[in-house]
Amino acid sequence: MDFTSILRIALRALARNKMRSILTMLGIIIGVGAVIATVGVGQGAQQQVQNNIASMGTNLVFVSAGSVNRGGLRLGGGATKTLTYDDMKAIVQESPAVASAAPGSSASAQVVFDNNNWYTRVNGTEPQYFDIRSWPMASGTSFTGDDVRTAADVAVLGETVRQNLFGSADPAGQTIRIGNLPFQVVGVLAAKGQSGMGADQDDAIYVPITTLQKKITGQPWLQYIVVSAVSQQASYAAQEQITALLRDRHRIRPGQDDDFQVRNLADVAQLADQSSRIMTLLLASIASVSLIVGGIGIMNIMLVSVTERTREIGIRVAIGAQEADVLKQFLSEAVVMSVIGGAIGILVGAGSSLGISHLLHWPISISPLAVVAAAVFSTMVGIFFGYYPARKAAQLDPIEALRFE
Amino acid sequence: MATLLQPALRTASAAEVQPVIRVEDVHKYYDLGETKVHALRGVNLEIAPGEFVAIMGASGSGKSTFMNLLGCLDTPSSGHYYLEGVDVAQLGKKELASIRNRKLGFVFQGFNLLARTTALENVELPTLYARLPKEERLERAKRALEMVGLGERMEHFPSQLSGGQQQRVAIARALVNRPSILLADEPTGNLDSRTSVEIMQIFQDLNDQGLTVVLVTHEADIAHYARRSIVFRDGKIRRDEPVMNRPEAAEVLRTLPTLED
Ligand SMILES: Nc1ncnc2c1ncn2[C@@H]1O[C@H](COP(=O)(O)OP(=O)(O)O)[C@@H](O)[C@H]1O
Ligand SMILES: [Mg+2]
Repeated sequence: MDFTSILRIALRALARNKMRSILTMLGIIIGVGAVIATVGVGQGAQQQVQNNIASMGTNLVFVSAGSVNRGGLRLGGGATKTLTYDDMKAIVQESPAVASAAPGSSASAQVVFDNNNWYTRVNGTEPQYFDIRSWPMASGTSFTGDDVRTAADVAVLGETVRQNLFGSADPAGQTIRIGNLPFQVVGVLAAKGQSGMGADQDDAIYVPITTLQKKITGQPWLQYIVVSAVSQQASYAAQEQITALLRDRHRIRPGQDDDFQVRNLADVAQLADQSSRIMTLLLASIASVSLIVGGIGIMNIMLVSVTERTREIGIRVAIGAQEADVLKQFLSEAVVMSVIGGAIGILVGAGSSLGISHLLHWPISISPLAVVAAAVFSTMVGIFFGYYPARKAAQLDPIEALRFE
Repeated sequence: MATLLQPALRTASAAEVQPVIRVEDVHKYYDLGETKVHALRGVNLEIAPGEFVAIMGASGSGKSTFMNLLGCLDTPSSGHYYLEGVDVAQLGKKELASIRNRKLGFVFQGFNLLARTTALENVELPTLYARLPKEERLERAKRALEMVGLGERMEHFPSQLSGGQQQRVAIARALVNRPSILLADEPTGNLDSRTSVEIMQIFQDLNDQGLTVVLVTHEADIAHYARRSIVFRDGKIRRDEPVMNRPEAAEVLRTLPTLED
């Protein structure tokens, strides 16, 4: 039989049991939709992570105190007392690949304005920190080099902190308290959103490093140094130069572990990319299980349909249908269901991933590869799960089939 | 009635031509696990082209079993069945399907039309399996329906047709691929007497045009319309004789009162 006749007969048979055909297709629709949506949303998330990391500046190099691991344990940033302000100055002066650097140390503290309390991270640094992170002020100014020299009680607020302390009020020139110390607000940072790792970067206060060290933590060492390399390509060279320099300055002998950690933002990006890729893959494989469940649904309905239509099959065979004709007829019904279901599933999946991306303000990403793979996979599901019932139909004994009530 | 048959068949004379059907010592067992049903116990029969044979017999005497063998829907447990000189046992599934499709037309007691499928599409079905081009399929199906007097009912579904009309659709379907043998298993079993005679008129006309007809019936007055009558009992042929005083269905119809339609 020619292709159009087969298709026509299949569509007609499916139309006779509309509700059943739709419910059967629903399994495939959900399966394909879930695959497309998870891959789409996953890739959107991946893209978002990359954008966030890129927005931090791709020539950034982070130096933090503490070794990567010591006896399997990763030590926290504050646990080591070896990273100093002089290290930072040496890095700027002696590493040719480094453009500038800012020191950093932080502590958690209760911050109060009027009746509003907010528990946040107070970072001590120098003004160039905001340039290195390419982080502009939304209002006011940064504290100055003089403020650092004099350990002035001035603060720059992150957007989240501003919201929680001031709401709609203007924070400029207001006095807040960090712990028991009064600080004057000189500026508010522009909102930066989540970091590549999902932390809220706006939930922070910045004060001069000297103020933090002398008046809040009482500790003279640094927790981290933020470095910008002269270019993105130079960031790897900067990483190497800093490592060599600090090992030398900290008198670490060959074979001994570093007591600091130097991370290149490109590496961070790669790591984040890898983990979100694995997540996407995991979700997609869970989703494709539902596609297989959908296939089993098709097989189930086709088996019922073959039994119900035993007499029809008997008639067709009696008037001269070949085994292959009957096989094709039932196989095409299964494939038509899975293909239509797959097509609708692609639309549904694309639609919902658009919706989710829109809600989360993530970049829209519908992978053509996922669409093609879902289309091919759903067709194969139809062939695979439709074959057994169709073969059963084709091999019916015509006499038995004609006697069937 | 329009002619649908191949000219060669119309000139066939019964005597010296080789038989279109030759059955030699055919047995058929149905294996039901513990018991075996011996449905056919050594049947020998020859049917020449252009014959009109009625097979009679009590219920369970093996008539349907025999017809299913003739129709290549089933195979004998032993013995031989030669269709136009070819031993059917030698043929594969594909060839048997093709014989059912082109050489044989089968009409059943229960009509066996596809439900929710128009008369025209039902009749077209065998041409589809014969892989004829679309235009020819339609042309043939229409002509076959016109031939059985249903030119006006082509788009009707079986549920919208009377029993007699449904059986005519089934006959049109059996004829659409221009077979050389028409097999009918109790085609009038579900029909009233007038409609039965109308069906017999169609069969007589077809036979007059040269078509070989084998008809199973348990009603003696239906068997009368054939030219030769065979009686089965307990899986064997007990009587085989020409029909005397064969009535013309067309004549009989004129004497019968028209009930409806
Ligand atoms: N498919 C079958 N399985 C088992 N027994 C069968 C089958 N078909 C027919 N028979 C038996 O074979 C015998 C002949 O049946 P059948 O040919 O249908 O008789 P008829 O058509 O003359 O009434 C009966 O005893 C019947 O029960
Ligand atoms: Mg019978």
